[in-house]
Amino acid sequence: MRIELDEQEQRWLSGADGAAMALAMQLMVAAADVSGATRFVQIEMAHINSCHYSGQMSLDFAEFLLAEGATLSVPTHTNASLISCSSPDVRPASATPETVANAERVMDIYEELGCSSMWSCAPYLQDEGRATFGQQIAGSESNAVGFANSALGARTNKYGDMLDMAAAMLGRVPYAGLHTDEGRRATDVLDLSGLPESTLADPNFPHLLGCILGRRVVTGIGAVVGIESIDEDGLKAVAAGAAAAGGVELFHIVGVTPEAPTLDAATQGVAPKAEHTVTEADLVEVMDMLTSASGDEPLRAVCVGTPHFSITEFAHVVEVLDGRRVSEGVTFLATTSRAVANELSLRNLDRVLAEAGVHVVLDTCTYYPPHPSGVDGLTLTNSAKWAYYGQGLLEVPIGFTSLERCVESAVAGRWV
Amino acid sequence: MIELTGTWLVPGSLSGEILRLDSPLSFWGGFDARTGRIVDQSHPQSGSSLTGKVVAMPGSRGSSGTPGVLGEALRLGTGPDALVITKPDINMVAGSIGAAALYGTTCPILLVDEATFDVLGTGETVTASSERDEAQ
Repeated sequence: MRIELDEQEQRWLSGADGAAMALAMQLMVAAADVSGATRFVQIEMAHINSCHYSGQMSLDFAEFLLAEGATLSVPTHTNASLISCSSPDVRPASATPETVANAERVMDIYEELGCSSMWSCAPYLQDEGRATFGQQIAGSESNAVGFANSALGARTNKYGDMLDMAAAMLGRVPYAGLHTDEGRRATDVLDLSGLPESTLADPNFPHLLGCILGRRVVTGIGAVVGIESIDEDGLKAVAAGAAAAGGVELFHIVGVTPEAPTLDAATQGVAPKAEHTVTEADLVEVMDMLTSASGDEPLRAVCVGTPHFSITEFAHVVEVLDGRRVSEGVTFLATTSRAVANELSLRNLDRVLAEAGVHVVLDTCTYYPPHPSGVDGLTLTNSAKWAYYGQGLLEVPIGFTSLERCVESAVAGRWV
Repeated sequence: MIELTGTWLVPGSLSGEILRLDSPLSFWGGFDARTGRIVDQSHPQSGSSLTGKVVAMPGSRGSSGTPGVLGEALRLGTGPDALVITKPDINMVAGSIGAAALYGTTCPILLVDEATFDVLGTGETVTASSERDEAQ
């Protein structure tokens, strides 16, 4: 152990405040050792993934925390769950009774421990979960980490299961990596200036850019040059794609994201390790990677909302639908948070979507097993993250296409 | 038999056959804890079983579910015997420590340099021990 512990930290580690706080401290000391930190930094908020049931260990850890008196030090928000409280039919208990029961128990425990009932992978879409510039936080879900760091300028490493709760319980993390100024320096430059304006404006582009960034820089920090603007939904797509296809926890887009007014600011004046040029061929390659379907299969499902849909994305769906309905035989699932659903309701869009046959699903996502009901054949998505993971996890033919084409295809009853 | 030394992120001893992964793995979504196999179809070692192997890999990536899925595999006995990695990785360390605390499993994690990693081919037999390293 290299890090020096204060009185409180020593007390936690000793077990005097219970076995849960001791394990949290043991995990944080190990994290400090691994990351080379010599001190901790206080955090102001946590977004945890431990609450996502991924097997018996998730439940055992949660029960352990509850039994051993875990307490929270900071406001702690929950990532998406395996199941949806609003739409239990999406992963029905009849199909996988033990999994659903365990996932429910895990949700109950984290709420009992004092976490908020956010159940969303996009905490940044609501005020209480939206970190501010320069704020030290503990993030976990990979797109949420990428978005908080890159789009908001908050500071977090990716704290996986158990480490995330350890951070929330102790209110501190090792001062290392993306928590520090020097840890946020761009290591790679990704140049988009060779791409035509029409490509940059294509709605698929942010998703594809995310994947390319992930594949090129892997776990490095990319500074993207050559694009003038990219909206918040686009940054969400970049963050999700880059974390899925690589291990990106922070990226800069020069002229767009807050720590990159200039390339020099993003690289902190240090020459980057590598420069990558993005070509049309790269985009085609990623498009191909994200589509496993031949296109001849009958359309069974459309899944959008990975990461959780924003109100503007729902408004876009409604606009494209233009009063038309999803075809019989096509299941249209749009995942989002309770907060965005509340906004839908205030705008009366929940009724419009329901009448059109769009199923708004809260608390969860649809790209992982148990198989969401209806996702049993050709499935279209506008999310690179959904397409990337769905191929390994759901074993259905997948087509990656724009949100507009997703909606048009759902209406037509075939991939158009 | 290759004797490895490095920095122990989770101390212990390891001995056995190497499975080499050529790129980082996202355990959540890329690995099935029930079967012990890699399911990420774009991973170079897709389909390989990690069970009982000394897995040499650059590190983990992607989802934050890595500790939970690694820990679940250790609980089920489908996980690796030990990990040899080239990039410090707090999430794999958390999986090993968490499973040790809850289930008493062991999964030592050794950090080695790139030159060492380069000679670790699948099927090679390796051995390493944190106690032996400390004694030296």
